[in-house]
Amino acid sequence: MLVYLIRRLVNVVAMLLVVSAVTFGIFFMVPKLTGTDPALLYVGKIADKVAVEGIRHKMGLDKSIVEQYFLFLKGLFVGRDYSTGVDITHCSAPCFGYSFKTEQEVWPVLLDRLGVTASLAAGAATLWLVFGTATGVVSALRRRTLLDRFTMTTALAGVSLPIYFTGMLASAIFVYQLGWFPHDYVNLGDDPVAWFQNLVLPWVTLAFLYAATYARLTRATLLEVLGEDYIRTARAKGLGERTVIGKHAMRSTLTPILTVFGMDLGALIGGAVLTESTFNFRGLGYEAVSAVSSSDLPVIMGVTLFAGFFIIIANLLVDVLYAVVDPRVRLA
Amino acid sequence: MSKTLNNTKPSAFLSVRDLRVHFPTEDGLVKSVDGLTFDLEKGKTLGIVGESGSGKSVTSLSIMGLHRTGTKRGAPRITGEVWLDGEELVAADPERVRKLRGQKMAMIFQDPLTAMHPYYTVGAQIIEGYRAHHPGASKKQARTRAIEMLDRVGIPQPDKRVDAYPHEFSGGMRQRAMIAMALVNDPSLLIADEPTTALDVTVQAQILDLIRDLQKEFGSAVIIITHDLGVVAELADDILVMYGGKSVERGPAASLFEAPEHPYTWGLLGSMPRLDRELQDRLIPVKGTPPSLINVPSGCAFHPRCPYAELTGGRSTSEVPVLAEAAPRHLAACHLPIAERHRIFAEEIAPRL
Repeated sequence: MLVYLIRRLVNVVAMLLVVSAVTFGIFFMVPKLTGTDPALLYVGKIADKVAVEGIRHKMGLDKSIVEQYFLFLKGLFVGRDYSTGVDITHCSAPCFGYSFKTEQEVWPVLLDRLGVTASLAAGAATLWLVFGTATGVVSALRRRTLLDRFTMTTALAGVSLPIYFTGMLASAIFVYQLGWFPHDYVNLGDDPVAWFQNLVLPWVTLAFLYAATYARLTRATLLEVLGEDYIRTARAKGLGERTVIGKHAMRSTLTPILTVFGMDLGALIGGAVLTESTFNFRGLGYEAVSAVSSSDLPVIMGVTLFAGFFIIIANLLVDVLYAVVDPRVRLA
Repeated sequence: MSKTLNNTKPSAFLSVRDLRVHFPTEDGLVKSVDGLTFDLEKGKTLGIVGESGSGKSVTSLSIMGLHRTGTKRGAPRITGEVWLDGEELVAADPERVRKLRGQKMAMIFQDPLTAMHPYYTVGAQIIEGYRAHHPGASKKQARTRAIEMLDRVGIPQPDKRVDAYPHEFSGGMRQRAMIAMALVNDPSLLIADEPTTALDVTVQAQILDLIRDLQKEFGSAVIIITHDLGVVAELADDILVMYGGKSVERGPAASLFEAPEHPYTWGLLGSMPRLDRELQDRLIPVKGTPPSLINVPSGCAFHPRCPYAELTGGRSTSEVPVLAEAAPRHLAACHLPIAERHRIFAEEIAPRL
């Protein structure tokens, strides 16, 4: 198990390196090919030639792409100094560089945005995992009853309706009409109550979308598992239905759910673009969109790597949990 | 068939009377078991033989009450009586039947790989079965019992293997573990549903020997369900041949093998490869396909496949034959006159077997 873990971790680092190299290549090569100048983007339109050259030298843009990439990596792990020879700007690790637009360090901004996205994702994930699987289980056990048909129809609606529809509808009713919820993100540390109040609606809206998928997945998987021979064996042993379903059937049912859950959560932390836009939350997704629209390359790099990191880590967690759940997967 | 359903306690240990298991489906009523009657004493083995879809497995699941659990829709209609040790099970409270399951009656399934939960150790699954019926037993006691059972069914190093997962066992070992699981509570009725079908030929005999030894040791009643007459030939005291959800022949194993009464049984015997006889040109299969259980052929369900149906003067297509004693304790449901049957068997069938 330990060997497996170490191997996987090495794998994670390698994958992140590949992601970073590819994004770095794309985002720093493209300006070269299209003739735009990153240094110009830093300085602004009214810059004189000396200032541009100064920035180019300071940011290391006059070096070769390979050199730049290693400087970038160095910045990530140990930090780097941007130096003109006269003044030195230190950017401590992990250094993603400076935003073209705001000239702020990218990393603190990312961390700040992560708080928003993580709050959103964690709450929604808890909701959809609990309610999605519970609904799926009830639906499977009450198969073909009115309850089952009703929940599955609702779930179909949940899967089909986009977040900007349900989200806006919910906002229109509960925020603007009824005034039940405020709608500005507040940090958990600043005011936990306000944080919670603000997040309830996005949580529910986002969870509705995902819970629908999970309910359908749970229902289908549980029904399949209930037809397995080992369920019949469990009953033949004289176990009660509660044990047969709660223990024997659910353990198998949770495996695929776990897989999907890890992926979903990883992707969501990478940025819930639509939800954040709909509820006007400044999370990672929002940051990514605004960075792309303003060609803010360092921020785009940062968000991409960040998102990639979470997806890869989520995948790793899923694999490890999978091995814990299913003994047949236990690898050396 | 048995018109004397009067809820009297039978003397036999297991007594199935006029058992009918009908599944309502969208295509119609599937009569998987249609009026089955048999008795079984403790210490005796009954072999139930038949093709796929003849109702063998459904019979065993009904005795265990396993058709009543689970989903409500699609549940079969079960009528008739199943008496186990003086207790009627078909009409009994499901909770009562659940308590008997795994304790007084246990079951071994066909494929031990799929019949065990892949996520739990073999030991955990045996322990669970033991503790379900011994609520007072500690985990340690149950574990000791599990190791003891694994040892008894011939698993080497049982104290280590108890913590192994089913996929770490070979097919034969898995079936041994299944048997250990079934016998952990000393059941007085053991139903083995095709216990050797999924196993290597070399392992089959071992498993059958094990079942026989354990039966001697525990004195339980055993039902072996199989499509393979060879399996029951050595093990069973009595054999019941099923066709289309009905019993077409029932009798002592020796009598059934030496003087089978029903043309279907002749067919089964003729299609069984035998090494103790001279090599013939080829095996003789039973022609045609098993009957639909929704539109069971009129009269004798076997008549479309029976080479001798014409000899009954049309009765085989119009009248359902009833089990009648053809020899002592040997019953067959066939319209052919007994003398005619014996003549055909002696002249046409026996020489080819």
